[in-house]
Amino acid sequence: FYRTRTRTRTQIKPDSVNSVISASAAHLLRLHQRFQFLDKDSRGSLRSEDLEAALSENPIGVRIVGAFFQQETVDFPSFVRILAHFRPTEKNRTRDGVQPDPAVGRKCPSSVAFQLYDQDRDGKISRTELLQVLREMLGLQVTEEQLQSIAERAIQEADLDRDDAICFDEFRKSLEKVNIDHKLSVRFLE
Amino acid sequence: GRDRQRDRRLQSAETPPQQTDGEDRNTEDFQRLHGNPTICCLKSHNPFSCLPAVFHLSQRFTTVVPESCMLILLGLVLGGVVLIASKKQLYQLDPALFFLFLLPTIVGDAGYFMPARLFFDNLGAILTYAVVGTLWNAFCTGFCLYAAKLLGRVQADLMDFLLFGALISAVDPVAVLAVFEEVHVNEMLFIIVFGESLLNDAVTVVSAHLYHTFRGSEVSNTRRGGPSFLIVSVGGTLVGLVFAVILGFITRFTKKVRIIEPLFVFLLVYLAYLTAELFSLSAILMTFCGIGANKYVEANISQKSRTTVKYTMKTLASIAETIIFIFLGISAVDKSKWAWDTGLVSCTLVFILLFRAVGVVGQTWVLNRFRLVPLDKIDQVVMSYGGLRGAVAFALVVLLDAEQVKAKDYFVATTIVVVFFTVMFQGLTIKPLVKWLKVPRSTNRKPTINEEIHERAFDHILTAVEDIAGLQGYHHWRDKWEQFDKNYLSKLLLRKSVYRKSELWEAYQKINIRDAISVIDQVGGPGRVQMGSGKRRTRGTQAWNQSISSLESVSSPPAPAEPVHPRVSALSRLGGSRPASYTGPVGVAPAQAPPPAAFCFPERKKKKPVEEEEEEEEPGASQEMQPLMSALKPPGVPQAPPPPQAPPGRRRNPCVYLRSLVTSPPGGGAGPHSHRPTQL
Repeated sequence: FYRTRTRTRTQIKPDSVNSVISASAAHLLRLHQRFQFLDKDSRGSLRSEDLEAALSENPIGVRIVGAFFQQETVDFPSFVRILAHFRPTEKNRTRDGVQPDPAVGRKCPSSVAFQLYDQDRDGKISRTELLQVLREMLGLQVTEEQLQSIAERAIQEADLDRDDAICFDEFRKSLEKVNIDHKLSVRFLE
Repeated sequence: GRDRQRDRRLQSAETPPQQTDGEDRNTEDFQRLHGNPTICCLKSHNPFSCLPAVFHLSQRFTTVVPESCMLILLGLVLGGVVLIASKKQLYQLDPALFFLFLLPTIVGDAGYFMPARLFFDNLGAILTYAVVGTLWNAFCTGFCLYAAKLLGRVQADLMDFLLFGALISAVDPVAVLAVFEEVHVNEMLFIIVFGESLLNDAVTVVSAHLYHTFRGSEVSNTRRGGPSFLIVSVGGTLVGLVFAVILGFITRFTKKVRIIEPLFVFLLVYLAYLTAELFSLSAILMTFCGIGANKYVEANISQKSRTTVKYTMKTLASIAETIIFIFLGISAVDKSKWAWDTGLVSCTLVFILLFRAVGVVGQTWVLNRFRLVPLDKIDQVVMSYGGLRGAVAFALVVLLDAEQVKAKDYFVATTIVVVFFTVMFQGLTIKPLVKWLKVPRSTNRKPTINEEIHERAFDHILTAVEDIAGLQGYHHWRDKWEQFDKNYLSKLLLRKSVYRKSELWEAYQKINIRDAISVIDQVGGPGRVQMGSGKRRTRGTQAWNQSISSLESVSSPPAPAEPVHPRVSALSRLGGSRPASYTGPVGVAPAQAPPPAAFCFPERKKKKPVEEEEEEEEPGASQEMQPLMSALKPPGVPQAPPPPQAPPGRRRNPCVYLRSLVTSPPGGGAGPHSHRPTQL
């Protein structure tokens, strides 16, 4: 993706993006427009502040940005690639869930969600991490002890190997009745 | 046309049903009495309502034959008996009775317990099937019947056939509920079929109205069709929503008059129905009253009121359903009302099945391009097979004007056959079909705290994704609605004390309480608890510790195999994971009323130490709870997290005790607890 200096004329060379995911030009154009809108300083890449500004009302907005957009600056191909994680892929879409699409390097949505909890990337959700998420989500509505009880109970329910933390498999297992992959899909980029 | 229908309903409520000419004169008084729908209702209620109870005693039988079948057969038998005994039909499914009393009960019950989240998630599919599907069915059936007119003796023109097509093509909510609640397909499938059956009422009403006016061959009226449909459907919905807001608002202030809270619920739901009927709007759409009000009402009213509302509604709906099916059977036997035409009957049967299947397949193909969760072939089979016709079609056909529609008798006969066929044959065979096709069944899952937490997180994630990508999709609007609800609507409709609570915390408490109850069930209740005179505290604590350790060793308490009535379990299972609509643990010892008094919600304890509900504990309720509770001395101060060995409290406050255990930080327990924190 190449972009000229002036904002008015942009050349979109879809090669680098399309080799990563297949999407129609119209969708890419729309995303590109959105990208430009978010990129207030016209730098050609987004910083986390720009993204967080878009998510000002979301209680876990900061965390989401931190989890999904891990680089310092996000250029357009990575922007699209990350968002494409949430796209339901046509050929793999079955009742049971979306298979990770190896061609794309696409992870299944639940691992993306796991990253949300697991800030320090050690592969486990510890009690403190869970407490932080709960605190952000519930905020002022509950007291600290209540938060701790909830976190305690959650870990007790999900933690099967008794290491006081939830690893990725336990996470998936605790949500097996909920069809995560279907729940975590948004229709776009088709 | 609709006005005429309405007038006819009211008229027939006053005058006795038409009888074949005059035999016994002394039965005229008899007729006048039986013409009154209320008396009819009462008289039929007494002998018949015990029958389902008898019927349910035979377990094997009930698993094979759906209740609706049995009731229709019973009606047939009874009708035959009455016919033989008195040579003419005395009972009839009175449309006034049906539309004014029986249908609102069922529809109100369905709306109130509808799982709102699931409904709105699938609203697109539901609306498509309801509107497009019903129209397709109506047109095709009508046209093809007209084309096949040559096969039979029926003298009717195109308009009549189109009218008949409109009446017979609507999927019926009563029949769908009756059959599907015994089959237990997965929730998504059920909600799509059931939602369709509710929402297609507007389409039926408007189509019927249109054809009535067409017959007057006033072409100018055609243009009123489109807007008329919008007015009827949107108007019905609005009426429902307005009454939902009123109901929520009223329940906000009923703290001092807890006893009559259920009354408000019933009154306002019924009032919504009547108002919609008054303005000739689609009355079934007042289910939105129930759907909308449910969240606020359930949060505002007391636990006892919740239980009352739930069980009364279910009971009334059950009675209404029973009456409807039996009367369907009885009405069928009255030969004076119908005329048989083999061609018409067989063609109709074939056409409705065929066009339903074709319509479902076509619409699903289109819908699957827009849906996240595709509807696969098995779903489509179940959906087309589950398109049952029922009493609504029959009542509407009976209401037709015999002078205008000459072929009314043929239509009545055909409708009876179609309804019988769908309810009985399809009802009987749908269960084996579902098993054979391995349709995913409804999972009776207990809500876990993980699911609650993560579902909320996922909602936020998806909203964030949509916001970042600049899409204004479903989650975006859902989030906007939630914000609006939190900032304005809930402030208006929820009680102040309720408003400040967090839903997640409520869900957490309910999960804990449910576990506590099931543990106590397991521990064996009063037998194991030592009720010695002295040392009550330590004994009580020991028993409590026992139950705690057994909770820790048991990962998930098994749900007892208790024959809960399917109606109670079907819709409530769907709504079971929603915090606000928690109405007591389903499947845990419902032989007694669920223990409302012992486990009142602890937030009330903050304000008033003595809640009048506690004093009025029902004797039958929670027998196991009482000895255990009385053995425990609650702490006096509910606010701070007290240790389990608290100074003896002034009053019995089991809720407070439980609450203290719930909020005590890990490791705060004393006694022979393991290092694992108490979760109760």
